[in-house]
Amino acid sequence: MSRNGSVLRHIDWLTVCMFLAIALFGWINIYGASYTYEQTGIFDFSNRAGKQFIWLLGGLTLGGVIMLLDHKMYDMLAYLFYAIMILLLLITPLLAHNVKGSYSWINLGPIAFQPAEFAKCLTALAVAKYMSHYGYRLRTWRDLLIPLALIGIPMFIIMVLQQETGSALVFLSFLLPFYRQGMSGLVLLAGVLAVAVFIVVIKFSILPVAIFLVVLFAILIWRTWRINRIYRWALVVMFMVYMAFSAMCNFAFTKVLQPHQRTRIEVLLGMKNDPTGAGYNVNQARIAIGSGRFFGKGYLQGTQTKLRFVPEQDTDFIFCTVGEEWGFFGSTLLLLLYTAFILRLIYIAERQRDTFSQIYCYSVASIFLFHLTINIGMVLGLLPVIGIPLPFFSYGGSSMWGFCLLLFIALRLDAARVEKWH
Amino acid sequence: MLNDHYYNRRLVIGGIVVGVVLVFIVKLFSLQILDQSTKEKADSNALVRQAVYPSRGLIFDRNGKLLVFNQPIYDVTITMREMGKDFDTIGFCKVLGLTVEEFDERIAVISNRKKNLGFSRLTPQIFLSQLSRADVAALQESLYHFSGVAIQKRTLRDYTYDAAAHILGSVGEVNTRDIECDAYYQSGDYSGRDGLEKMYEKQLRGEKGVNVLMRDARGRLQGSYHDGELDKPAIAGTDMTITIDIQLQLLAEKLLQGKVGSVVALEPSTGEILAMASSPTWNPQRLVGKARSANYMELLNDPTKPLMNRATQATYSPGSTFKLLQSLVCLHQKAITPNTLYECNGPDSSPIKCTHHHGSPVDILSAIEQSCNPYFWCAFRDLLQKDGYGTDNAPFRQRYESWRNDILQFGFGDRFEYSDIAEQSTGSIPSVKLYDKLYGKKGWKAITIRSLSIGQGEILVTPLQLANEAATIANEGYFIAPHLNKNDSMLTHRYETTIEQRYFALVKEGMSRVMTEGTGRWHAIDSLHMCGKTGTVENAHGRDHAIFIGFAPKENPQIAVAVVIENAGFGATWAAPVASLMMEQYLLGEVKRVQKMEDYSQQVLNEDVQER
Repeated sequence: MSRNGSVLRHIDWLTVCMFLAIALFGWINIYGASYTYEQTGIFDFSNRAGKQFIWLLGGLTLGGVIMLLDHKMYDMLAYLFYAIMILLLLITPLLAHNVKGSYSWINLGPIAFQPAEFAKCLTALAVAKYMSHYGYRLRTWRDLLIPLALIGIPMFIIMVLQQETGSALVFLSFLLPFYRQGMSGLVLLAGVLAVAVFIVVIKFSILPVAIFLVVLFAILIWRTWRINRIYRWALVVMFMVYMAFSAMCNFAFTKVLQPHQRTRIEVLLGMKNDPTGAGYNVNQARIAIGSGRFFGKGYLQGTQTKLRFVPEQDTDFIFCTVGEEWGFFGSTLLLLLYTAFILRLIYIAERQRDTFSQIYCYSVASIFLFHLTINIGMVLGLLPVIGIPLPFFSYGGSSMWGFCLLLFIALRLDAARVEKWH
Repeated sequence: MLNDHYYNRRLVIGGIVVGVVLVFIVKLFSLQILDQSTKEKADSNALVRQAVYPSRGLIFDRNGKLLVFNQPIYDVTITMREMGKDFDTIGFCKVLGLTVEEFDERIAVISNRKKNLGFSRLTPQIFLSQLSRADVAALQESLYHFSGVAIQKRTLRDYTYDAAAHILGSVGEVNTRDIECDAYYQSGDYSGRDGLEKMYEKQLRGEKGVNVLMRDARGRLQGSYHDGELDKPAIAGTDMTITIDIQLQLLAEKLLQGKVGSVVALEPSTGEILAMASSPTWNPQRLVGKARSANYMELLNDPTKPLMNRATQATYSPGSTFKLLQSLVCLHQKAITPNTLYECNGPDSSPIKCTHHHGSPVDILSAIEQSCNPYFWCAFRDLLQKDGYGTDNAPFRQRYESWRNDILQFGFGDRFEYSDIAEQSTGSIPSVKLYDKLYGKKGWKAITIRSLSIGQGEILVTPLQLANEAATIANEGYFIAPHLNKNDSMLTHRYETTIEQRYFALVKEGMSRVMTEGTGRWHAIDSLHMCGKTGTVENAHGRDHAIFIGFAPKENPQIAVAVVIENAGFGATWAAPVASLMMEQYLLGEVKRVQKMEDYSQQVLNEDVQER
């Protein structure tokens, strides 16, 4: 039996179907979001829906090519890909024009292209390769240094040189595969605690935070007194770090963050009520979604989206169109579809027999989860406005192909798992 | 993957996925299901409700002649944002006959937010208002050249006749109070401000329609919502036919030229007002459109008070016309009989002298015919003193009260309830209380209030009430409140008086004699059996008011008339001819006594009364 035939047979078609369902639903919603009265057809390639269809076809082609290539290539060439990617990220700000304050877009002829969308995938390959090399075990924090550096470098370039905070934050998704491989869960908890401390300090004051930290660490140290001394000292150091962090929150908030980021956080925390200015997007998104009620206004019937009250409604705020035109019913269905999709990817990751595939697949699932969380959280007003796309759903060629690359490499590795046993 | 210590962590990670999505679903639920406010906010974002104005109901006279209709007028609007840089200003000015300087000046005015509070570059602003069809015809043809320019059609009232301004009233912009009282109105709407336009506002205005349009985030209109599913067409106002006979009305107004006064003509059997004129008056056209407010101020500040409807709002002592009522009430209360005679000493009579020369003693018919003052004083005195004064004046005061109640039956002392005349004065028949206050309970006797016997003193009536008095006598005992709407069954309430019909017949006979042998004989026509009574009312402001009430023909009366000419002189000279000509016009269809009509009409009694 030919190898190609067996690849087709071993593709996880359920995942492909869910991907297609999400992408096609996204496509018709892009048509709805950009729908006006002088509307051309959904296949008119001069409008965004038509273009998105081309991006989708391109993404499927890309997926087909990945399926045909040898799966061993990804393992073998992971570091090379990573190095090329870092170079590309470094030269991007030199070639890029300022697009809404960021320097992440390169013009290749008529097409604008965003290298950062592909960096996630290539970083995932490099991280997976490093963490799967022979003899590697994640036992102490030292074992995490190299993986953290692998994600830290592109993150730094994208955040600082390209000024694209949203895309940079996506690299935090790698904390979940690290956790799965053995990183202490306390790291995640410490992160959550840091966010909580930040919010309370910004919104209220440092005093309740300080009291809380003193009480918390006093209890922790008292409870673990007899276990060992190193543990005790680690807790004391952590306490100091947190206290220092709390003390620096206000400074970081006012001096390090850029003014627009600061206002977004202030709007989110209800410290600023500015529905026509900084809070405009979020307020209009709330109105658009809320007015959809249970069953929505019907496809192409959304007044808020049709009349462009929500900015960026076919890209980052595309979920507004779903909320308005498909209502609670349609929005919930879409969220459940994403849940099933991500859980399926976790399931796929768990059934891998080699560490490389498992870490890579977990990274893919985490990246999708991160995008979903940040994007929907932003649209629903639960998180500050951070512009990252909804996977396969938001308009955009680079993001569509970046996500396809992520997904289809995972599916290719999964198909190979079965192949090896035949 | 043997020896995987962290296998269970897959569950934690899966749990995070499910947890995040659950939070989102809860948030969605609260936004889309629990929060009710977003739907309205979305609508107010996106939907513009544009009013569609109905055409106002037309008004016809009793013979179907069109009195009030609507004229289309046009506003030229400009939406600055849509004008574009290559706007052909010179061509535009040429079409509208403006100079470029005028254009620039006008643009400067409408873009000045201080002068034009609602200015926006996105919405149509009125560039020129209230143009005629001819003015905009050229622009209409070349409208497509000028982007951002639109022609908006509205309607204004128009009038077939320069008449009946007080009756018809006018239409003007609503004020803040109207908007607060009736949610139907919005700023800039028009409503009836007075007269019939106000009284029948709800019927005439029809019902506004609405076009629901969509507006995008930048405020630009994007066409109708849901293909006009929520639109509501305007419902045109209902036409109305009024009781006025426009030819009679025109005659009344013609006769009143140059005088201050009023005329009311009724159809006695129905209470329908055939004509109601008040002078000075104005051309109803003057309270329409652009010039309305300036003209209104001019009328308001005019010392002759043209805005007052003297037919219903001015009050006068009825003078001798009141003697008809005195006769009826005195007969009814058995103070006198048809055969009672009283002496008259002419100018030497006391306490009231007689102004006419006639034989003595007189019975009631002669007394009416000759308008004998002493007769009516004696009759009134005998009525009031019938039970004497007692020890505490109570029997007398009771008599007075019962006399007053009989007078009130005729519609005096109050507004007509079942009537559609908005502006009415009550007039006044003085009460026992008033005299008690003036003189003390025991301080007044018949002699104190002797002036009442001849319709002078504290009695005040409106010309409308006088006309109604004539109609009641014509009907021999009942009346229907005077009204203007020809088709309103609410307005046919029949008021009965308690006075016996035979007394009315007697008074009618007296009134007939007035026109054949008495003070009105110069103005009678043989073919019309007229009945009437003149009055000459002393007043504090110059010459006497001339008053006349009457009806015709005597059998089956068709028209009752009351005329008051202020500061004119004798009722017989100044009021009777008006009534007589009115009767002729109405009953014969034309005035044959053209000379009499023209002569009267050209008399100017008050130089201040201007033709407006």
